Amino acid sequence: PFCALTRPLSAIACLLQTNIQSDCRWYSVSHLSVKERIEKKRKAAQMGGGQKRIDAQHQRGKLTARERVELLLDPESFVETDMFVEHRCSDFGMEQDANKFPGDSVVTGRGRINGRLVYVFSQDFTVFGGSLSGAHAQKICKIMDQALTVGAPVIGLNDSGGARIQEGVESLAGYADIFLVHPSDLPHHGSLCILTHLMLCLQDTSYLFITGPDVVKSVTNEDVTQEELGGAKTHTAVSGVAHRAFENDVEALLYLRDFFNFLPLSNQDPAPIRECQDPSDRLVKSLDTVVPFESTKAYDMLDIIHAVLDEGDFFEIMPTYAKNIVVGFARMNGRTVGIVGNQPKVASGCLDINSSVKGARFVRFCDAFNIPIITFVDVPGFLPGTAQEYGGIIRHGAKLLFAFAEATVPKITIITRKAYGGAYDVMSSKHLRGDMNYAWPTAEVAVMGAKGAVQIIFRGKENQAEAEAEYVEKFANPFPAAVRGFVDDIIEPATTRKRICRDLEVLASKKQVNPWKKHANIPL
Amino acid sequence: MGIQTVAVHSDVDSNAVHVKMADEAVCVGPAPTSKSYLNMDAIMDAIRLTGAQAVHPGYGFLSENKDFAKRLAAVGVTFIGPDTHAIQAMGDKIESKLIAKAAKVNTIPGFDGVVKTAEDAVKIAQQIGYPVMIKASAGGGGKGMRIAWNDEETREGFRFSSQEAASSFGDDRLLIEKYIDNPRHIEIQVLADKHGNVLWLNERECSIQRRNQKVVEEAPSMFLDADTRRVMGEQAVQLAKAVKYSSAGTVEFLVDSKKNFYFLEMNTRLQVEHPVTECITGLDLVEQMIRIAKGYQLQQKQEDIPINGWAIESRVYAEDPFKSFGLPSIGRLSQYQEPLKLSHVRVDSGIEEGSDINIYYDPMISKLVTYGATRAEALARMEDALDNYVIRGVTHNIPLLREIITHPRFVSGDISTNFLPEVYPEGFKGHHLDEDRCRELLASAAALHVTSQLYSHKILGTQRVSSAPMDQNNWELCVELGQELHDIEISKSGNSYIVKVDGGQVEVCGDWNLASPLLPLTINGTCRMLQCLSKESSGNIVLQYMGTLFKVRVLSKLTAKLNSYMPEKVSEDTSSILRSPMPGTVVAMSVKPGDTVADGQEICVIEAMKMQNSLTAVKQAKVKSVHCQPGETVGEGDLLVELE
Repeated sequence: PFCALTRPLSAIACLLQTNIQSDCRWYSVSHLSVKERIEKKRKAAQMGGGQKRIDAQHQRGKLTARERVELLLDPESFVETDMFVEHRCSDFGMEQDANKFPGDSVVTGRGRINGRLVYVFSQDFTVFGGSLSGAHAQKICKIMDQALTVGAPVIGLNDSGGARIQEGVESLAGYADIFLVHPSDLPHHGSLCILTHLMLCLQDTSYLFITGPDVVKSVTNEDVTQEELGGAKTHTAVSGVAHRAFENDVEALLYLRDFFNFLPLSNQDPAPIRECQDPSDRLVKSLDTVVPFESTKAYDMLDIIHAVLDEGDFFEIMPTYAKNIVVGFARMNGRTVGIVGNQPKVASGCLDINSSVKGARFVRFCDAFNIPIITFVDVPGFLPGTAQEYGGIIRHGAKLLFAFAEATVPKITIITRKAYGGAYDVMSSKHLRGDMNYAWPTAEVAVMGAKGAVQIIFRGKENQAEAEAEYVEKFANPFPAAVRGFVDDIIEPATTRKRICRDLEVLASKKQVNPWKKHANIPL
Repeated sequence: MGIQTVAVHSDVDSNAVHVKMADEAVCVGPAPTSKSYLNMDAIMDAIRLTGAQAVHPGYGFLSENKDFAKRLAAVGVTFIGPDTHAIQAMGDKIESKLIAKAAKVNTIPGFDGVVKTAEDAVKIAQQIGYPVMIKASAGGGGKGMRIAWNDEETREGFRFSSQEAASSFGDDRLLIEKYIDNPRHIEIQVLADKHGNVLWLNERECSIQRRNQKVVEEAPSMFLDADTRRVMGEQAVQLAKAVKYSSAGTVEFLVDSKKNFYFLEMNTRLQVEHPVTECITGLDLVEQMIRIAKGYQLQQKQEDIPINGWAIESRVYAEDPFKSFGLPSIGRLSQYQEPLKLSHVRVDSGIEEGSDINIYYDPMISKLVTYGATRAEALARMEDALDNYVIRGVTHNIPLLREIITHPRFVSGDISTNFLPEVYPEGFKGHHLDEDRCRELLASAAALHVTSQLYSHKILGTQRVSSAPMDQNNWELCVELGQELHDIEISKSGNSYIVKVDGGQVEVCGDWNLASPLLPLTINGTCRMLQCLSKESSGNIVLQYMGTLFKVRVLSKLTAKLNSYMPEKVSEDTSSILRSPMPGTVVAMSVKPGDTVADGQEICVIEAMKMQNSLTAVKQAKVKSVHCQPGETVGEGDLLVELE
């Protein structure tokens, strides 16, 4: 699910030329007993590529593969597999003992995070730059298979230069093996798996791209730095490839531990419920005044989200990408929930291509892992303009619509202010099988804002101001939706937390099945 | 009192507490005070609309505006306050001093005019009595002021000041005035009806001030003896009688270290700090004002006015006390809890959870008043009340308030209007932790961390959690505070933790409710109220302890070791960029790109809450770019100007 990516890219070939011999790896002496040889190999495996390389890793401000595993897992919970595996390459001098490292360039095994089972692999940059060999791939696939059979997640801590060039096609086959594992686990069986679900990365040291700056230059004659092309900032703010960036290894791993607690172990497990000290019937008085009087004035949707959640604890996903929609995980009365909210502070909270895709992906994640979805709506509509239309806003907006419609987990929606037009429909409306849909007294459920509506209805006529006032009186309030049953109730904002917590209790037993199909055909 | 009330408000205040409390409310205009609360036409309209019979003008705005009082009188609406002529007489600084002198109220003795020779100056000084202050009449404020304690110094002061008067101002006149050393600001509350009865309701000590604004007030004053109090009270009554005063009013005095007191001015309205007087006298001043306005006689006689115990008021402001004892801050009160569960605590506030503190009005959050039989009791309650006060979303001055009321000089009563600059010559830096307090803080943070780690294991109703029990009872941690790392051993038994830190041992007990902003702990047997402002996965915890916020980072020993490999974050070079220190409006931009500025040269002026702040360059440099324009509203930390 999560792939803490820590810098690939580095000239592995160069590294291989340097023949570092370290005492602790020097074990091919025949007079040792088996027991002693085991001991030696174990010691060598612990040292990875040797002390010098470990020091170099530290100097770059990075941790070693083992240190990362140690930080991520509960103390003494790590059970390692394949510590004795070595690579099988015999070309370019790779067959020499000095070039054999027990465990090769990846550490694999299982352990626990806050007592909960997890499989983990951690690429070892100190061994051949963490490059992917056939053996390396085999080790990863093995724990993935194990994870699949028991229904447990896999966390991959990536720090690799790429395929091991000396191995040629075998390493590429390894890639194929790994990538083949995950798709198969998605629909039904089991585990949250690798890369595909969530990717966390590090500021300043993570780079990810299909081709590096040199190739870019030679092909497209574009000058770009590594950081600009595939740095953490690019992927979290511009491309939307990574889901969150952290300052360094330690911070990322500490956050990952806490984040892990929000998620079920597999898609067949219910979302976890943690003991909760925050009263579920707590009235949140500050919500009564959070929405400004002028409907053109912005406010921060995060103020609402933080105030409603257990202990204000919100793990935001993609906080710097498409900021006009807010998504993330939290708890309500101890139950994990996914939060989706329009952000009036950014671009008035409108839906555009990026925010639709960001939202859709998140909603599907929640649905795949049995996490109820709470949606806070203040949306003036879809962003108009050629850039959006040419970019395919219809197709991308449909993704969010599709995701909400398809989701069978409990869905609770709160309309805080604007819910205009098609965007209202999309945002987990009653029409998309919302379980509980609420409106605050400040809600305006309408086809569009009064001004725009009047300009169309009374085109070229006078008395527009009067007509606008009439439109506001008629539609800029929660009644039109409430009388039709499109919202279940109009609630006092202060009671929002209490309402959601109660509903979640009831909806915990919700069962809803979509008609059978091989897979849904989301408008990709 | 059974009186129906109408509140007036500006449009941004339409959800304010006073509006909700009143029976009716009328909006008198947009946010800027000149268009709403100072807009007499709109307020007169509101009066007409609601048929109001009387107006209480509050503390600021139109409360001392004689024109407003006249307009009310013209339409037959009662102004709850003194007559217009009293407002006028006391509103003029020079006239009020003359009236006071005539009423035999002590005024600051002084001479303003041409002094020919040094010997003349000495003569004048001797008449006034030492120490005296000498300066050029034309010089404003304290500029060029010299203090003389004897004849010799007077001669010297005369020489300097007359030279300066001639050269700088071309005006020979000198001002020689009694110099008041260690001045205290002590004021007498008076209450007068329309039948010539005047009472003095004892004094209020308001010496703790910053920029001439009061911060902490108390009643009575530790400094006054019964005789001085009586004489001051009687003089205040004489003054009130001299201007035929009615309603509540305040006569302000400066008091020197020898208990000589001198009239400063009279405020013809209710004062912000009136609650302390109410606490010790048992009188409701607003009720009295309304009764008086209605024409009733005072029910009390002077001998009925008691001093019951002691009351202290802290003005809780939305401002950052670390910047010149308080620069305004704005924001939304995301969480707000007044310490009303404690006894003998009164909180007068106009805001509530969810309220916005905006740039249009005074950034006061509330007046926190505690009282007790003795000063020590009132102070102890104030300490508790400040520790229990939850304010989130804006920066506030509780750290400073708590430091003031626990400072030995304040506790012993050794204060003056120079208290803050004297005690904190380098500016306020927050609470300084001594060794014991530091250990307590570290231990509390460590215990909180362990509690929250254990809490993370409490996943309910799942079979798939390791059956291996969490029997860990001992942890080795490393806590970072400031730049220092402290190794900590901590062990748990029940709700309490034994923490070994820096060679000492601390026992920390508590309920450990992680959802509550308050963290009541018993540390080594002493009850302490801490507050947890934030707790992140990265181990960063922000705790409020002894009123001040401390940032700590708690990591396991292993994590701390690995963390030492992490690169340090390079901080921004702040000498080449100018950021707004507070939210406000840019009123002037003195530079443009390409200009060269000198060290200390003004770059721009930001106005916030009626205060103009000049921002200056900290080095000589060329202006690279300007990111704001006059009239623009800026937030705290917004980039204003970049230098090269």
